[in-house]
Amino acid sequence: MIAFDNVAYSYGGGELLSDISLRLTPGSFHFLTGPSGAGKSTFLKLCYGELLPSAGRISLFDREVRSLSRDDIALTRRRIGMVQQDCQFLDHLPLAANVALPLTVAGKTSTPQDLTDLLGWVGLGQLADAKPPALSGGERQRAALARAIIIGPDVVLADEPTGNLDWEMSLRLLTLLVELNRMGKTVLIATHDLNLIRQAKAQVAARVLRISKRRVQLAGADL
Amino acid sequence: MSLMSLIVPDRRADRQADRVVPPSGHTAWLTSFTAGAMAFLAVFALALSLAAGRLADRWSDALERTATVRLSAPEDQMQLQTDAVLAILSTTPGIATARAMTDAEQRALLEPWFGPDLPIDALPLPRLIELTETGSGYDGEGLRQRLAAEAPGAVLDDHTRWRRPLAVAAGRLRLLGLLSIGLIGTATAAMITLAASAALAANAQVVRVLRQVGARDAYIARAFVRRFTLRALTGAAAGTLVGMIGVALLPSTDTAGGFLTGLGFQGLSWLYPLVLPPLMAVVAFIATRAAAFRKLRELT
Ligand SMILES: Nc1ncnc2c1ncn2[C@@H]1O[C@H](COP(=O)(O)OP(=O)(O)O)[C@@H](O)[C@H]1O
Ligand SMILES: [Mg+2]
Repeated sequence: MIAFDNVAYSYGGGELLSDISLRLTPGSFHFLTGPSGAGKSTFLKLCYGELLPSAGRISLFDREVRSLSRDDIALTRRRIGMVQQDCQFLDHLPLAANVALPLTVAGKTSTPQDLTDLLGWVGLGQLADAKPPALSGGERQRAALARAIIIGPDVVLADEPTGNLDWEMSLRLLTLLVELNRMGKTVLIATHDLNLIRQAKAQVAARVLRISKRRVQLAGADL
Repeated sequence: MSLMSLIVPDRRADRQADRVVPPSGHTAWLTSFTAGAMAFLAVFALALSLAAGRLADRWSDALERTATVRLSAPEDQMQLQTDAVLAILSTTPGIATARAMTDAEQRALLEPWFGPDLPIDALPLPRLIELTETGSGYDGEGLRQRLAAEAPGAVLDDHTRWRRPLAVAAGRLRLLGLLSIGLIGTATAAMITLAASAALAANAQVVRVLRQVGARDAYIARAFVRRFTLRALTGAAAGTLVGMIGVALLPSTDTAGGFLTGLGFQGLSWLYPLVLPPLMAVVAFIATRAAAFRKLRELT
């Protein structure tokens, strides 16, 4: 689904990530962890076609990212739901329209009931008409998750999705992601919250990738 | 994305695409104003080049084919010399017809200047002989020499000498008018390109979010292009209307018949300025579309 072969990435200085080879197979559940500044967000952006590798090959749905046109990238992103660390919205549209945006730009429509259900699912049912600038950090992250999954992507990428959430809400969000995984979605969550990872391992066969010394390695069972 | 689908506004997808871009304040106003002002100017440039074209045609076509021989002679020789001149003219190659004006015609010519009571018979007026040339024209200098030899009182007055530069000037004026319209179109395209680029830059976050959720460039561009095209269309329609009213309020051609008063549109040429608003819309469409795709490639 997403495959890295000897991938390296640098923002222009030294290499931030080196010699990464791994595969995210359909239906898998991964965490990506590592200290702040290790390159977790960078890794997710590579998975999503926002950044191109400086060396090596990345395949998204069996197509090399470099060979994708801008339109191909757009179509690929309809199959990959991304929750960015700094969730951005269209501030002039109400939350419901923002959450439905992936459908809108794809020329599809959502039934109002589906949208209401989804907003209820992430605990934002009351805020459908609120404008994004009026939302708290946690509300924005949940809205971003709802937006990421509304189009029914094959893969869900989440960058520190619980960064602004209290423990209870974090667990709720984790449950959402686990549920998505049970529905067959491939899930990759970047986080440095080890409690969250432990909690997840109780629910799902999650594997942990750790970035250290510029490499991405499968972490042992010591977590 | 076709031009028609942009201008026909009742498509659901377009309305939704419109909404994803926040309504923008001053660039909207600027685009409409620019298109309006430019259309206004274009109406006058168009009127100018049409009027210049009419003048050029009239001067170079109708008038240039006629000339006059003015014959001054003592009363008793007048008829003799008139016959001599007519004989010369009838044998000159390149002259189609030649005919002496009657007293009544000459009086009619003079009447506007001297009034109806002019005692024309008592005045030593020259006889006017009107000639028209064929398409190939005649040799003016040769004719002058023959007249001097056989009818010494005859003077050939071929208006072309002073009329030709006027006809050339009118032709140039028409070209300048058309050139102005071209420049106005180019300037409009440049300004709308700037406004569209500014709007895209100001909405960088919107564009980023849209790209992130899987919007294609064409979708994002359409929201901007549609907006700018419609603004240019409405602005240009207003500018054209005001310009046409301005031209209509110019003094009528009939009253004095001078160049300035001939500046208006005539008959069907009133339809020409109606082309301006759609033309401006096409210019805006092309300019915004090019700017949008260029800017989008820069942005993510
Ligand atoms: N656009 C950028 N240009 C240059 N350096 C960047 C850019 N984005 C991130 N970095 C640097 O790359 C490193 C990794 O960033 P990031 O992937 O955000 O780490 P993490 O998400 O693990 O905290 C950091 O040192 C950061 O300063
Ligand atoms: Mg990060």
